[in-house]
Amino acid sequence: MAIFVIVWGFVGAIALGMEGEGLTAEAWKQLIVSGIAQGSMYGLIALGYSMVYGVLGFINFAHGEVFMVGAIVGYFTADALFTVGLWESNFFIAIFLVIVASMLSSTFAAVLIEKIAYRPLRNAPRLIPLITSIGVSFFIQNAVLLLVGPAVRSYPSAPDWLREQRDILGFQISGTIVAVVVIAAVSMIGLWLFVERSVTGRAMRAVAEDKEIAALMGINVDRVIVMTFAVGGAMAGVAAILWGLLFRGVSYITGFLPGIKAFTAAVLGGIGNIVGAFFGGILLGLFEGIGPNVVLRGLAWQIPTALGITLVIAGGVVVFAGRALHRNGVVVLGAATILLGVAGILGWTVVIPGLSQLKDVVAFTALVLVLIFKPAGLFGEQLGAEDRA
Amino acid sequence: MTTDTMTAPTAPPRSRTDVDWSRVSRHGALAGLTLVFIASIGMVTILNARVLIDPWLTLGYLSLLWVPVFFGFTAASEVTPDGGVAPVKGERDLVAGMVTGALSGLYFTFFIVIIDRFDLTDIFSNLLPRLVELLTFGKSMGATAAIWIVGFAILGLVGGAAQVASPKVRRALSWAVAGVIIVALLEAVITDLSQGLHVEFITDFIYAPNGGLITGSAVILAAAFGAAGFQSSGKTLDQRRQERMSQPKEVLVRKNTIAAVLTILAVIFVPMVVGNLTNELFANVGLFVLMGLGLNIVVGSAGLLDLGYVAFFAVGAYTTAVLTSPLSPYWMPTLELNFLSWEGWLIVAIVLVMAAISGILVGTPVIRLRGDYLAIVTLGFGEIVRILFLSDWLAPYFGGAQGITNIPGASVGPIEISGTNSQAIFYLIAVFVGIAIYVAWRLQTSRTGRAWSALREDEDVAEAMGINTTAIKLTAFVTGAILASFAGMVFAVKVGSVFPASFKLLVSIIILVIVIVGGMGSIPGVIVGAVVLIGVLGGPTQPGLLQEFGQFKLLIYGALLVIMMLKRPEGLWPSMRRQRELHSDEMSQDAWLTGDPGTDLEEEDA
Repeated sequence: MAIFVIVWGFVGAIALGMEGEGLTAEAWKQLIVSGIAQGSMYGLIALGYSMVYGVLGFINFAHGEVFMVGAIVGYFTADALFTVGLWESNFFIAIFLVIVASMLSSTFAAVLIEKIAYRPLRNAPRLIPLITSIGVSFFIQNAVLLLVGPAVRSYPSAPDWLREQRDILGFQISGTIVAVVVIAAVSMIGLWLFVERSVTGRAMRAVAEDKEIAALMGINVDRVIVMTFAVGGAMAGVAAILWGLLFRGVSYITGFLPGIKAFTAAVLGGIGNIVGAFFGGILLGLFEGIGPNVVLRGLAWQIPTALGITLVIAGGVVVFAGRALHRNGVVVLGAATILLGVAGILGWTVVIPGLSQLKDVVAFTALVLVLIFKPAGLFGEQLGAEDRA
Repeated sequence: MTTDTMTAPTAPPRSRTDVDWSRVSRHGALAGLTLVFIASIGMVTILNARVLIDPWLTLGYLSLLWVPVFFGFTAASEVTPDGGVAPVKGERDLVAGMVTGALSGLYFTFFIVIIDRFDLTDIFSNLLPRLVELLTFGKSMGATAAIWIVGFAILGLVGGAAQVASPKVRRALSWAVAGVIIVALLEAVITDLSQGLHVEFITDFIYAPNGGLITGSAVILAAAFGAAGFQSSGKTLDQRRQERMSQPKEVLVRKNTIAAVLTILAVIFVPMVVGNLTNELFANVGLFVLMGLGLNIVVGSAGLLDLGYVAFFAVGAYTTAVLTSPLSPYWMPTLELNFLSWEGWLIVAIVLVMAAISGILVGTPVIRLRGDYLAIVTLGFGEIVRILFLSDWLAPYFGGAQGITNIPGASVGPIEISGTNSQAIFYLIAVFVGIAIYVAWRLQTSRTGRAWSALREDEDVAEAMGINTTAIKLTAFVTGAILASFAGMVFAVKVGSVFPASFKLLVSIIILVIVIVGGMGSIPGVIVGAVVLIGVLGGPTQPGLLQEFGQFKLLIYGALLVIMMLKRPEGLWPSMRRQRELHSDEMSQDAWLTGDPGTDLEEEDA
């Protein structure tokens, strides 16, 4: 379904481009590049959701807040380093220190949450830890608000030599985005090696598969669960600094939207699937970068009557095919095509003012569509038998 | 899914003097951290404005003083391992409590020294000089340290002593403290009520002219409550309920009827004697009772965790606004919300239909999802609805960020009901709440209600028993949506304007907290939850009794949600069925221990 939306949007945008109102090729490339950078950040947050769901079978709603705590602590570290002058004089050492500080605080927050709020609920019905995590998320948000105040604080901007636009493979890319993608890729590879190669990683996979059997095999399940939260928290900490580099502003509500989007990414990639989570993040980032422009402008697409009639007929065929095959997604796709055709025939155009306001609607729509139509994800879920229900 | 890690049962202390020092140091550190947190979020400074006992105790200091008592109590208590020997009570509990208190005082003094020496306001915005002033009492650092350490040691000792004291003494003490604090906190309402009844001389006697109890009256109150506590039977609420339930049915029915009649009489007559402010408070509570009852059907009865419930509230409010406001940008012929003419009932019907439609629109795609995904999707829908109401795109219909103002209010014939008349608003809400309670109660015992419980317990089995799960879930969604939209209608009438900012995710969460604190699936529970939370702490924008708590109420809501889930998932006033579900393990264990095979409950599959 999400793919369908993207395709529809692309077609609309291309049509717009033909009319000369759409984005230029250069603007397109920009959107794609920034989409990938944002997406790799979402991917890192998504890992935390995915791993916890894989092991414990519930949505850790407070993970966005873990990210936020990292971003806030990272800000204060970055600010201190900027005052000392290290940020400008030796950016790589500075950013390394900031990442370490952010990772440590996020990891600490994640582990603490697990110990206080989730561990006593190990065997509770699924919704109970979810409700608890909503409470935790609420608590952390407001605690941070009361501790450091409501102001949005801005990371110091990256040094000029890094922000400079460079020509890489025909794309105009700023050094910041290269840094973001490289940091994300390195963390991701590190995590993948950890989960696939190390003994602890193997224990994690075993626990995700079946806790009881894992315990019988001599694995300390509680320790592995703490490790899962720690690793997820550390990745959120890295993502928090990427957020600082890309968007700079952080405050106590910074965690909510990225958290929701990252959860969408985790589901899109197949929950419990680590590589899937990362690529789900990149897909979502791309969709978010391109989506609002394309999907919403696509609605203003003028369709010639002949094409409209063709679309209605084609849509009808697709609906019948979908019904015959018992695929609801296909039926919806057909119905949407019919609607598009009818809109074209009647000569409707929907011009939407204030497009940027609807950016989050696109993000939430993506969430809703992914969860409804593709809850198993694009790359397959990896859940233990008990969590699948 | 049984992965219980067996914690090795630690041997209970052998004598009355054997103190568990590692436990004490742990609890001392925790208490210190709690104190630092409370001071850092600005509770002490802000709540200091509220005087409890004139002139020496303010709410600000109270927010610190409970900490050593509580941790002194927990440091002295010990969990008896299953089948183990209960630890001996004695001097060790007193020592443990006292040392815990002293440790927390020591850590807290470190904190005061730090904030006195270094200016940390760049990072922690609440560590202001005013806080240092309040915490040092204007004295030297040495004197401050002595005050906190010795004072907290004494309070810790009290906490530890509570472990040793006989239950009767403990009850007397806790009743005395709780009674004095509650009377002090409820000053506004009690004053208001006494003015309504023309017995101001009582409150003039109890309270100081500029707020707070007079020390003398505090002592008298403490003595009175203490005596009452000493005499009380000491049964917990749950035990009382158990007893009540085991009475013969006729007695129970008679008692329930009496209680219901008394409640109805109170609802009718109390608003007449209290002032506008208190009625406003009642109206807010009623509004949230209405929404809580609706969400209770969705979450409590049918087990569908709806985090976008505020969307239906918004639909009701906006429908009313569009139909009745002369300033609504789109709909021109305005209708009058008069409950004695057809126009009023037309509006009610339209609100109902819109709510049903939106319930079906949201419900249909989500009800096939597994429970936790459903929660997130409904959250998404709720946010989408809010952003759409806010957008410029739909501004020609709903006014965008400016919202719709000048909603004229409702009327019953010649009687005007609008925001300025809290009493009338309260009666309007009370009528809706009454209808909602009746509907919820009848639904609970109906075929539909039983189908909901079956669904919540096990969806597959329910389906196998011939329940149309899709239809029954949709019914729950739509019923919940209709109740919320009525709340929205009353809200629009009460406030006189609707803005997208009134329909944030926050509202959904607060309603969820009400349902959970009260007890999922329990109608009286929801009422209790709304009264306790909205009445005392306040709603998302509405102030409660403790207006000073405004800044902290969301923090407290979050904490309450976690604490309830951990300690009492069935809520304050649970439905019998839910209590049994959540404690089936314990109950079957009890039954097994007492050798009563008749009450053997099947172990629930988590």
